[in-house]
Amino acid sequence: MDKNDLVINLEGISFSYPGGPRVLADLDFHFHRGDRIGLIAPNGSGKTTLLHLIMGLQKPTAGRIEIFGRPARDEKDFADVRRRIGLLFQDADDQLFSPTVLEDVAFGPLNLGKSKEEAIRIARKTLAFLGLEGFENRITFKLSGGEKRLVSLATVLAMEPEILLLDEPVNGLDMETKAKLKEIMSGINLSYLLISHDFDFLAEIVDAIYTMAGGKILLDKELHLHEHVHAHELGVYPHRHERTEDRSQKPKDREK
Amino acid sequence: MINEPFAIGSSIIHQLDPRIRVGFTILYAFVVALSYRFSVLLAALMLSLILVLISQVSIKAVFKRLLAVNALIFLLWIILPFTFGGEILARVGSLTIYRPGVTLAAQITLKSNAILLAFIALMATMPFATLGHALHRLRVPEKIVHLLLMTYRYIFVIEHEYQRLIRAAKIRGFRPGTNINTYRTFAYIIGMLFVRSAARADRVYQAMLCRGFKGKFYSLQEYQIGSASWVFAIIMTAIIIALITLELSNG
Repeated sequence: MDKNDLVINLEGISFSYPGGPRVLADLDFHFHRGDRIGLIAPNGSGKTTLLHLIMGLQKPTAGRIEIFGRPARDEKDFADVRRRIGLLFQDADDQLFSPTVLEDVAFGPLNLGKSKEEAIRIARKTLAFLGLEGFENRITFKLSGGEKRLVSLATVLAMEPEILLLDEPVNGLDMETKAKLKEIMSGINLSYLLISHDFDFLAEIVDAIYTMAGGKILLDKELHLHEHVHAHELGVYPHRHERTEDRSQKPKDREK
Repeated sequence: MINEPFAIGSSIIHQLDPRIRVGFTILYAFVVALSYRFSVLLAALMLSLILVLISQVSIKAVFKRLLAVNALIFLLWIILPFTFGGEILARVGSLTIYRPGVTLAAQITLKSNAILLAFIALMATMPFATLGHALHRLRVPEKIVHLLLMTYRYIFVIEHEYQRLIRAAKIRGFRPGTNINTYRTFAYIIGMLFVRSAARADRVYQAMLCRGFKGKFYSLQEYQIGSASWVFAIIMTAIIIALITLELSNG
């Protein structure tokens, strides 16, 4: 496949939780090989649902999902999707269930039919890539929050996916781990879609930032990153500015 | 916080092969549980005590565990001697103490303490994950082993969530008492704990699916049985045979 192949193609996707309001409404989304996309949107706008739909963990109420050029409908289609796309969950405790780190990281490769020796080799290599040497026999639930996040990422990377989906990977991380994750992401040779509320984190590691509103993804070209330098009192603290421009053209501003 | 006070150590017992430890503990427990002679039970209690001493675990922690079991056994001592019937041992006022009842209570006390001490010395001295793998190697069905390991893994998360809920209640002035509001609050907390646990189970399963889970678990552990383990196995076999012979002998 070429670099710009359309690998994830969602068309007219609608989704609502049983008895709940519509989360996604007639959503279109195209993801190409080599894309590095950030997604910033308010809570409850359907970001996580979107990732779960791509992985087949939720089924859309309407619409068409095409992944790697093939329609994905039933469990069998998604089994293939899941070996090629890796999803990092919001809560690392959901992802780490084995007693030791090595077992957890080797779980994916073993499921892919690798031999025990091969799985251990991949697990060690992945841990080393993330700077987690010596973590092999640590007990997963006794790790710190930042360590849990990095080990979770290792469990996903050990599957050797072609595309990464990351659901708020820096949520609740300290500056140091955040910086480390930023470094890892900018050095990684994979396409990815990354959800975050952290604009500064996204800005350096993605090529485009999308947002969601009204159950749709907004691909406003004007939304691409730019930086303003300004100064005023108390400017050292994180803050936001109201804008005076017409808001309908800047959907991201609706978050305020 | 739930913890494993005996799991980490450097005694000879800690270094023995976990399969051999688990296997012989279970065998030993069966033999002791099925024996009735006081000579056998007393010998077993002594043996278990020696094992605990060899394992070098904190005697204080062992005592705390024994206390929990013996509190339960104390209840038996209150009931059995007075209700069992049979040969009368003594009369205290209007109460009658029967010999078979006393014998039975004494047997239960010796058996449970001997078995518990052996479990502390041999089984509690390995981390839970190792126990799971040992059971797997001893051909305990995979599903049971993983149910055990998963329960253990998430009990901490559930405990953590419980603590969070309790804290949330406390900072809003909740003080447990004997009233309907307390009961209702605890009911809410426990209900919320169930809901959260179920939701978490769903998410864990989804995360497993994402990593290609097809209903089969694989174990990475490989064990080599060293010479010390073989010596231990031979000694335990001899002890078990001796106990059985003593139990079955006449006189």
